[in-house]
Amino acid sequence: MVTAQSKETEKYNVIGTRPIRHDGVDKVTGAAQYGADLNLPGMLAGRVLRSPHAHARIVSIDTSRAEALDGVLAVITNADFPRASDEVIDTGEGSAQLNWVLDNVIASDKVLYKGHAVAAVAATDHHIAEDALELIEVEYELQPPVLSVRDAMVDGSPLLHNSLHTRRMDGSQSDNPSNTASHLQFTKGDLDDGFADADVIIEREFETSMAHQGYIEPHNGSAYYRADGTLDVWTSTQGAFVVRDSVAPLLQLSPSQVKVTPMEIGGGFGGKIPVYLEPLAALLSQKTGRPVKLTMNREEVLLATGPTSGTYMRVRMGAKRDGTITAADVHLAFEAGAYPGSPVGAGAMCALAPYDIPNQRIDGYDVVVNKPKTAAYRAPGAPQSEFATESVLNELAEELGLDPLEMRLQNACVEGAQRADGFTYGVIGNVECLQAAQDSPHWQSELEGPNRGRGIAQGFWFNIGFESSAYAQVNGDGTVPLVLGSTDIGGTRASIAMQLAETLGISAEDVRPHVVDTNSVGYTQVTGGSRTTFAGGWAAYECAMDIRRQMEERAAALWECGAADVAYGDDAIIRGPADEDGNDRQFTFKELAGQLAASGGHIVGRADVNKTSSGPAFATHIVDVEVDPDTGKVDVLRYTAVQDAGTAIHPAYVEGQMQGGVAQGVGMALNEEYYYDESGDLKNASLLDYRMPTALDLPMIDSIIVEVPNPGHPYGVRGVGEVPIIPPAPAVRAAIANAIGVHMTELPMSPRAILDATVLGGD
Amino acid sequence: MASEHIVVSCTINGEQQVFLANQRDSLLEALRDRIGLTGAKEGCNNGNCGACCVNMDGRIVNSCLVMAAECEGAEIRTVEGLASGDQLSPLQNAFLEQAALQCGICTPGFLVAAEALLEQNPDPTEHEIRYWLAGNLCRCTGYDQNIKAVQQAAGQSVI
Repeated sequence: MVTAQSKETEKYNVIGTRPIRHDGVDKVTGAAQYGADLNLPGMLAGRVLRSPHAHARIVSIDTSRAEALDGVLAVITNADFPRASDEVIDTGEGSAQLNWVLDNVIASDKVLYKGHAVAAVAATDHHIAEDALELIEVEYELQPPVLSVRDAMVDGSPLLHNSLHTRRMDGSQSDNPSNTASHLQFTKGDLDDGFADADVIIEREFETSMAHQGYIEPHNGSAYYRADGTLDVWTSTQGAFVVRDSVAPLLQLSPSQVKVTPMEIGGGFGGKIPVYLEPLAALLSQKTGRPVKLTMNREEVLLATGPTSGTYMRVRMGAKRDGTITAADVHLAFEAGAYPGSPVGAGAMCALAPYDIPNQRIDGYDVVVNKPKTAAYRAPGAPQSEFATESVLNELAEELGLDPLEMRLQNACVEGAQRADGFTYGVIGNVECLQAAQDSPHWQSELEGPNRGRGIAQGFWFNIGFESSAYAQVNGDGTVPLVLGSTDIGGTRASIAMQLAETLGISAEDVRPHVVDTNSVGYTQVTGGSRTTFAGGWAAYECAMDIRRQMEERAAALWECGAADVAYGDDAIIRGPADEDGNDRQFTFKELAGQLAASGGHIVGRADVNKTSSGPAFATHIVDVEVDPDTGKVDVLRYTAVQDAGTAIHPAYVEGQMQGGVAQGVGMALNEEYYYDESGDLKNASLLDYRMPTALDLPMIDSIIVEVPNPGHPYGVRGVGEVPIIPPAPAVRAAIANAIGVHMTELPMSPRAILDATVLGGD
Repeated sequence: MASEHIVVSCTINGEQQVFLANQRDSLLEALRDRIGLTGAKEGCNNGNCGACCVNMDGRIVNSCLVMAAECEGAEIRTVEGLASGDQLSPLQNAFLEQAALQCGICTPGFLVAAEALLEQNPDPTEHEIRYWLAGNLCRCTGYDQNIKAVQQAAGQSVI
């Protein structure tokens, strides 16, 4: 592993080091409390009845036999919830109509995917709750399922929602109802001129399957509604405030009546932003007066939570003989699942983001189908759209006989380049990543052997800030408890605490970060979009600066001088003017901390930030594969991931994010797919058949951290989590093409797909 | 419904335990719901993910696939039994030092499985570690740091 440290980071004391994470001991001893680990006195167990059909009208639900079962305390359906309006609420990485949020939590008049919740039960024991589900009688009237975007977009297709019309960018709507919820378009230059300038034009169509985040912890949600109208919710969520602001309107409560405590979370990757079980637990608790815990099993997670979109995509790209890309036309149709809201917008903005292409058109369609409502999944939308564009770029390089890395360098966006959506880049590390990849031992090595090939691809993600909060007190011994609203999904207690420590000039160990409930810290957006170390770190920086100001004021009071004459240094020495005898006056942080209580009271630092700026991140990946021509199985032999982290706060966790992103991207490339039959039944709803990479499927993943500090952040941070999932699929595709001369057009490139493309002709 | 319940006595992390289990309880459910040891996690409840794995009479088992009733007289070791007082085991320390966890949900299973590996094979190759741990899914790390943590605990040099 190599870290190309910038000169900027050498000046730091804490940033760039690798302390043991603060929550580490609890997580290696089994003491950490995840959502399902919660047990309260009198707690009931809940279970959810789910639709066996992909598309059906609910004629009737009879819960009487279930209610009569010994040990059952409540059975609820959609009809037990207050009527939800069509107001649009913030759902974390997006927004949605409240009535559709409710209908996805528990179906109203129609079920729209297999696994759609229909009823929920609370009982004294989960075995009884399971027995009760079998006693609920639901009569369905089947409707034809719509299972692909291309079928869904055809005129005359069965409609999922009679009230849904296509929304266009100018705000207008289609006259007729449609499965296409929205159409967006970004353009730049003149497409016809661009293609006229091209010497070579390549057009390809791609289809990708739905894929799941695959977090190891299933969803859970517990709630306790009290007679005074207050509601406690405990859940493994990426955004406690989003849960509060979803549950409260669904139960027609004020946000101040609802307190959400984020439990430890066993992975999320975007999938643990929406509410599923929490509103059901809340209503069941309201009905029974007792705390209720609901958990999903794995089949429910795969059937009924939010995978990422399957897609149909078409890319046409043209280049001059020297490799200059002159034009690109990108068509993206994304499955939203049962309700509008696929990540096609982000996918469209990312599609050509690494390249300065003068003439572009990117069309995006958000399309409802009878599959689960999609949720965010690591760089939502980008793994699909960039798979399509990177793949065509690789084919152009091949056609022109050019080095695909050189061709990327030739067309790379640099500072000042503008994307088709209008965003203009500041300081970015796009070229630096490509250069580091070019210099890497991997790219410099020769690959030998039959059926082996090498591929490369680039990736881009935004990393936008938004709201974060950090409150910290100064203890008399100089330690600093820090409270945060950001769920710690992969080490952000440490990465945020380190930025506070750096600013105060103390050690990472002297900061004690805690993730707290929604009543105990300021509003904090979700842990997602690679925003947490970026925006949370910014809040920590400002919180520490607030402490520094207050400590200067306190020292001034003690020294009886003006605060302007006191300076808190980056070495955590507070220096004042010389005393009457000409002696220097100073406090260490610990010395002054020890005097706070007796000199006017303790100090609390506070910062609530809302940063709408971003820290664009780029990545370059290189992969070697070997294809077994008899089975179609692809083995990854060697992998190198290069990425601009801006500043790597805790390099070990940056490497972990890069390697974890690669593993998910390789899974998406080679194995992971939602496999539906024609009735809309998901045939592989288990972790045996939904095949995620194991330790045996992967080699060591070499990670090269490039640091081009983000000038829009106090410590130069860019988000790191999202971008590494993007390049694996197109890089693996290029490696397969290099190995066996076949250009795949679908994801995953499973053994079945490769045999289809080779033995059965294909490409 | 007393007839649905059975008394089970076994040794868990060196302590004698007697508990009342529902006949339908798995060992995982008994550990978590009856005894209050929530270190073993449910990831799939059908033996595919390894988050619930515990050591039972010297063998690694997915506790979701063992019935509580089968545990009469068994010796069971869970993640809660790895440390001695406030002294972490070498594997636990190696997982912290190698940053071999992100969300931490799979970590108990990895630690229990890796400990059993090193008991049987104190100097495993990288391939042997990967093969042994292939029954434990991790979705966060990409496995590099987990493998390196096991190598560190085995006293091997780690790059």
